[in-house]
Amino acid sequence: MANEGVDHGRRRFLTATTAVIGGVGVVAAAVPFIESWEPSARALSAGAPVTADISKIELGQMVRFAWRGLPVFVANRTKEQLADLPSLDPRLRDPGSKETSQQPPYCQNTWRSIKPEWLVMIGICTHLGCVPDYYGKIEPEPFDAHWKGGYFCPCHKSRYDVAGRVFQGVPAPLNMVIPPYHFIDDTHVRIGVSPKGAA
Amino acid sequence: MTKPFFRSLVLALGLLTATAALAEEGGALDAAHTNIHDVAAMQRGARTFFNYCAGCHSLEYMRYSRIAQDLDLSEAQVMTNLDMTGGKFGDPVISAMPAADATQWFGKPPPDLSLEVAARGPDWVYTYLKSFYVDPTRPTGWNNTVFPNVSMPFPLWELQGVQTAVYAPAVPGHDPQVEKLQISQPGALTPEQYDRTIRDLTTFLQYVSEPAALQRERIGVWVLLYLAVFTFLAFLLKREYWKDVH
Amino acid sequence: MAAAPNAYKPDNKALAWIEERLPIIGFMRSATTDYYAPKNFNVMYYFGSLALLVLVNQIVTGIFLTMYFNPSAAGAFASVQYIMRDVEWGWLIRYMHTTGASLFFLVVYLHMFRALMYGSYKKPRELLWILGMFVYLALMAEAFMGYVLPWGQMSFWGAKVIISLFGAVPVIGNKLVEWIMGDYLPADATLNRFFALHVIALPLVLLMLVVLHLWALHEVGSNNPDGVEIKEHKDADGKPLDGIPFHPYYTVKDLFGVGAFLLIAAFIIFYQPTFFGLFLEHDNFVPANNLVTPAAIHPVWYFMPFYAMLRVIPSKGLGVLTLFAAIAVLFFMPWIDRGKVKSWRYRGATYKIALGLFALTFIWLGKIGGSESTWIGETYIGRVLTGVYFAFFIFLWAYTYFGWEKTKPVPLRVTMHD
Repeated sequence: MANEGVDHGRRRFLTATTAVIGGVGVVAAAVPFIESWEPSARALSAGAPVTADISKIELGQMVRFAWRGLPVFVANRTKEQLADLPSLDPRLRDPGSKETSQQPPYCQNTWRSIKPEWLVMIGICTHLGCVPDYYGKIEPEPFDAHWKGGYFCPCHKSRYDVAGRVFQGVPAPLNMVIPPYHFIDDTHVRIGVSPKGAA
Repeated sequence: MTKPFFRSLVLALGLLTATAALAEEGGALDAAHTNIHDVAAMQRGARTFFNYCAGCHSLEYMRYSRIAQDLDLSEAQVMTNLDMTGGKFGDPVISAMPAADATQWFGKPPPDLSLEVAARGPDWVYTYLKSFYVDPTRPTGWNNTVFPNVSMPFPLWELQGVQTAVYAPAVPGHDPQVEKLQISQPGALTPEQYDRTIRDLTTFLQYVSEPAALQRERIGVWVLLYLAVFTFLAFLLKREYWKDVH
Repeated sequence: MAAAPNAYKPDNKALAWIEERLPIIGFMRSATTDYYAPKNFNVMYYFGSLALLVLVNQIVTGIFLTMYFNPSAAGAFASVQYIMRDVEWGWLIRYMHTTGASLFFLVVYLHMFRALMYGSYKKPRELLWILGMFVYLALMAEAFMGYVLPWGQMSFWGAKVIISLFGAVPVIGNKLVEWIMGDYLPADATLNRFFALHVIALPLVLLMLVVLHLWALHEVGSNNPDGVEIKEHKDADGKPLDGIPFHPYYTVKDLFGVGAFLLIAAFIIFYQPTFFGLFLEHDNFVPANNLVTPAAIHPVWYFMPFYAMLRVIPSKGLGVLTLFAAIAVLFFMPWIDRGKVKSWRYRGATYKIALGLFALTFIWLGKIGGSESTWIGETYIGRVLTGVYFAFFIFLWAYTYFGWEKTKPVPLRVTMHD
């Protein structure tokens, strides 16, 4: 049945070409299925930016808002709390917030925020995801005799300062995450959207 | 080329499956000639919808953000000009009318219109919106030749004007049959202008029934092109190997 | 267990290690490179591989739809709109699934018709045919349940009507209907169980039946348009003279068939996904309402011919029986047709006419099944056509049993239209 005169070169060429073109098609056909796992319009809508009214938050107080199903801590920090921040640097894992994944570029500073007095932070411990408690008072605590205010996670005892920076010697590896946000005006913060023109 | 033909065929089939009510009326539907690639028309249709319909009718499966994306509108444009219902940009279009009140006023809640064109066809919706006439025997004062004894009042009379029915000669034992409708009181638009407005509205609702239609027709070209190339290659490959077979 | 004497031994060490323990490559070779099929397959022989392609499509698209679908009466309809609008590419996955469902039946009907044309149900392929009939049954059940899931008007009312057919069973009928629905009407319970059956139970059954079907095929070898048994004439190596290895010849030919078929499928998916209201019915764009009946309830197009029989017979019990009988009679084809000649190419001319009439009848009945016409004449025509449908089988039996059929001499070797 197969006889002389079989052009093997042509067969190889046609087989290879068809295989390549077919392969392209298979990959292209896979794209919609893989992309269907992206957050849907419903998820995006539910995850839309949230406006937080911060006018009622007293000095030293921290209030929780919700954004994308996550707790967002908004704290009105006192001058004392802010003044103590640099002195804590030697005890912290990442005092300079070098880990860029944990905050937007415009919050890579000592206070990890746009305005020094206002902290906007995702309240999720970077160890295994519990929600830490706020210990704003500058007084000795059972877990830290030199406590300068900050956050303490009850699950595995990780500690953070009032800028969410993580201490050394605790299980959590990273500073708590600062979400994109900006000030609409002095009393309203839009959580989820960076300021216009910011990197 | 074959599209209008097939659409008429679908229309014919759609007519065949018309409701009993339609069978009484026995009329043909006007062709809507919608074109969902006409973005300007859909923008106008959207405006008409939100001005005259959204007071009672929701589009519960349609998000404002999607309308903005597909109709080349900005978030500000949509939320200022279209959103009369107080939703957020990512929310679906929900009418502000409480369902309980609507049921009390109209006898049944105004249906959601997200899929109306898919369910009835564009020509039905188009003709329906042009076929209201005054009828003092009805609670709303309005009736419709395409949907007899409909519970919906007619909010577009300001644009179309007031239509009255001309009845056929009465046949004893039968209800009076509407022979034709005529405009007894002109509205803000001429009949041609009104037809265009309703066409735009129907086009918008057709888009709402299936927003993906814009995308799928565009992508379809490439898919068919690719498959044609592939099939041709596969044919050459087949023919080459089958030279062996006698 | 020692490997078989002529087991395949790969050169590659790693492959040889696997092959010694699980002869998967040898198995694939025996099914393709070493499996000989008749060389005279024509266009009617594409539909088996196309059916397999569509089955894979239904499974893959189905798996992804299950990720987004909400199988509750309250949430199902909205979840379909969520898929169509909110899920990235959800509309495409859904249309691939609905188009695939309809094309599955188109392909399967042509595949079955091929068997009637060429006598592919005759000895030694009777069991192959019966397995295929079970695949058809499972497919009908699978499609019916799938259509209920979107919970539109047609989903609900179609379910109500078809389930109520079982009410015709004497004594236990009504209890049976309630048991199937899990409620007094198609409801959440019905949707939940149909979802489980549609997504996992029936697909497993279908897959098993398809495996058995292919296994039975490979055991006896394929028929062909001339109805000649190629195994009767072998060469010195024991290979059928009229056979060619499935791979590469039919893999390459079926690849072309796949391309042409996908062109048609793509055209429908991207330009006519509802296919004029036949694949996705207009009434199903309205959420299910147990208080409002659509003007016309009918099943999807592929059930229409049998539905027509149900409609035109004035008694419920007899109608249901006729419907089931119309499908059941097909199982017995190998014993109804007593003729020795397989292919219609060499059968009596009357057979060709009868088969053509049968096909026409099936299609015409389909048209009646979906018809909204109130013309009484159509019912009479439907009754006549139902009679013609069954008459085909009676005719075929008598024609072949009493030897009235005049056949032409069957060639010893296949004919090629080269």
